Amino acid sequence: MAAAARFFVRGARSKLPISGVVPGPRSSFAAALLKLSPGSSSRTQRRHAAHFTFQADPEPTQYGPTTKMNMFQSVTSALDHTLASDPTAVIFGEDVAFGGVFRCTVGLRDKYGKDRVFNTPLCEQGIVGFGIGAAVAGATAIAEIQFADYIYPAFDQIVNEAAKYRYRSGNLFDCGSLTIRAPWGCVGHGSLYHSQSPEAFFAHCPGIKVVIPRSPVQAKGLLLSCIADQNPCIFFEPKILYRAAVEQVPVESYTIPLSQAEVLQEGSDVTLVAWGTQIHVLREVANMAQEKLGVSCELIDLQTILPWDVETVCKHSANNEYLCSSFSLQEQCFLNLEAPISRVCGYDTPFPHIFEPFYIPDKWKCFDAIKKMINY
Amino acid sequence: MSGLSQVLHYSLSLKPLTVYQNKKLKISPFFSPRQGAAAVVSARTYADFTTQATFEIKKCDIHKLDEAPATQVVMTRDEGLKYYRVMQTIRRMELKADQLYKQKIIRGFCHLYDGQEACAVGIEAGINLTDHLITAYRAHGYTYTRGGTVKEIMAELTGRRGGIAKGKGGSMHMYTKNFYGGNGIVGAQVPLGAGVALACQYQGNNELSVSLYGDGAANQGQIFETYNMAALWKLPAIFICENNRYGMGTSVERSAASTDYYKRGDYIPGLRVDGMDVLCVREATKFAADHCRSGKGPMLMELQTYRYHGHSMSDPGVSYRTREEIQEVRGKSDPISLLKDRMLSNNMASVEELKEIDVSVRKEIEDAAQFATTDPEPPLEELCNHIFYNDADLEVRGTNPWTTLKSVS
Repeated sequence: MAAAARFFVRGARSKLPISGVVPGPRSSFAAALLKLSPGSSSRTQRRHAAHFTFQADPEPTQYGPTTKMNMFQSVTSALDHTLASDPTAVIFGEDVAFGGVFRCTVGLRDKYGKDRVFNTPLCEQGIVGFGIGAAVAGATAIAEIQFADYIYPAFDQIVNEAAKYRYRSGNLFDCGSLTIRAPWGCVGHGSLYHSQSPEAFFAHCPGIKVVIPRSPVQAKGLLLSCIADQNPCIFFEPKILYRAAVEQVPVESYTIPLSQAEVLQEGSDVTLVAWGTQIHVLREVANMAQEKLGVSCELIDLQTILPWDVETVCKHSANNEYLCSSFSLQEQCFLNLEAPISRVCGYDTPFPHIFEPFYIPDKWKCFDAIKKMINY
Repeated sequence: MSGLSQVLHYSLSLKPLTVYQNKKLKISPFFSPRQGAAAVVSARTYADFTTQATFEIKKCDIHKLDEAPATQVVMTRDEGLKYYRVMQTIRRMELKADQLYKQKIIRGFCHLYDGQEACAVGIEAGINLTDHLITAYRAHGYTYTRGGTVKEIMAELTGRRGGIAKGKGGSMHMYTKNFYGGNGIVGAQVPLGAGVALACQYQGNNELSVSLYGDGAANQGQIFETYNMAALWKLPAIFICENNRYGMGTSVERSAASTDYYKRGDYIPGLRVDGMDVLCVREATKFAADHCRSGKGPMLMELQTYRYHGHSMSDPGVSYRTREEIQEVRGKSDPISLLKDRMLSNNMASVEELKEIDVSVRKEIEDAAQFATTDPEPPLEELCNHIFYNDADLEVRGTNPWTTLKSVS
């Protein structure tokens, strides 16, 4: 759920922190049945326009020369570096050989050979199980699940096998070199089984890491970190950003540390916490809140959902009297918050077909939530 | 539904052919009654046409069976016209859906069935409407043969309230009585089909369950789990693999260690059938149905068929196969052409008659498309309905702590 955003309010005036994390099982970007209707006139227009505008980060200077890439190209670049530097690295999944349904593996098979980039049959449980085995035996296994919606047959393998391997063998064995990649999140026309955001199902499973980038620069760095990380990682790639997100991305290999939330924008009243595509929604919301309500918002990108950066979020909460919504945060920050943490996400229904525009938590719903919080 | 009401139901749901308007005609049911009786022959007044003819069909390959389905089969004129009409309806409906999709009136995912019509029509001809059927996402054809109307199907594609699932399911989630969808997750429908078969066995109603899946899904683990359960408990289940040679973009040679899908049930007897010939499919289905109904347990069928379109509307369908291949199949094995040639060369119908059917089908599709485009979308109040079953209205969490929505079920 990209939508989950945590809004925290701080400051003298009693404003409510709005928090949106702790994604529910089915929430996605949260449809917004708007209380405030946007200007959009016809329904057709609304359905064709994305619910957000991608906002690129400034060009990073610390990683060397950069070039323009969109998100799937940055993923390809990360995989390219991995295959080049690690002779044990293999990439497999459904249709990855020709380049993948989202073009994330284009050119890799030609460059590195069919032994290293190969297709699997249609069997998610088999793909992940096989990946765990390959990782335990010493390969850097990068498994692709074609859509995050299809990850459930592999749920047992991930939760019962991958996550617990190191623990149950007393550190004798591990599948730390396993990384699972999956396109994630709503895309406008995906309906029930091409739009899901299942990170919440994995968010309470000790032993695995769950990472979601917001942009191409983040995607490449975080993916390389996941691959290097000695724990099994699940890397969800917001599919709506594959083409829509274009940035200047460093050409060389670089890593962005896991379990470190990034504060994108400082603010003094409300703290918004989110990940993935929702960051871009909340950037707009923060501007709107500043213009229309005079509320200064802080924006934090969680990046790693599990294990998440408690310290950063709490620190920013604690300084500013806001609440955190997850269990552990709540203990630590309860007294600092002026209003209950508010969660803005999808409705508690399966991801609908025709109702998608109403289901997504777009900027109007988030803005509305801030307004309500402030007046708690 | 009794045999007679089946006939009435079906014949009333069809527009009568203009050619027969002045004639009192008892149309034989599309779904030939399985009680062993021969198909009801119409009291046709066209003395020129042959009432019925015998056809030689391809022999099926068999696995763990002593005999194969018959190779000499009888088709009556009425059956032929019926099969022709239904196949043509499915074909035109799918092509219309293609058109509407390109106009962005249908959105989301759309997996088209053109090329495979003989499978849906042949299977339905071999079973009864009271039997049960479940398939995966390439489901529009089956929704039609199982009793859905073109109007409802198209309205579901466009997501309107007149749709067969009230507009909430879309292309992949269409349902009707004894038709369990319409399923998006590959392979997940097969264990379900076995469960339905168990219910039939338990209730002792002499019904059976047909579970369809594709060549890609044949590699899913749950398929094999299902084979085991069905064989162990001798469930009245027919498993049908529609092998259209490509699982999305992957050819069968590149995804399966064994492309003899009809043998993959191992201890389950299997048939490999020419899926482009409606009579072949019908005979094989009847054979399998008899096997199941006599309590011998499940049967596996592989239908060798072909789809003209790509996997879905986002797949041009030519990056993993050549246009020549598609043209070749269209030219040599098109199911509708095959049936048409048979009927014409055996003097079972005239070219004009078949043309009239074409015209009538086209009109039906146009009307349905018109309805599908103009029907209103379901009201927003229905967003949260039918999540659970609840006696009183349920409050559903909204997108933020202060909004809740009502769920009625």
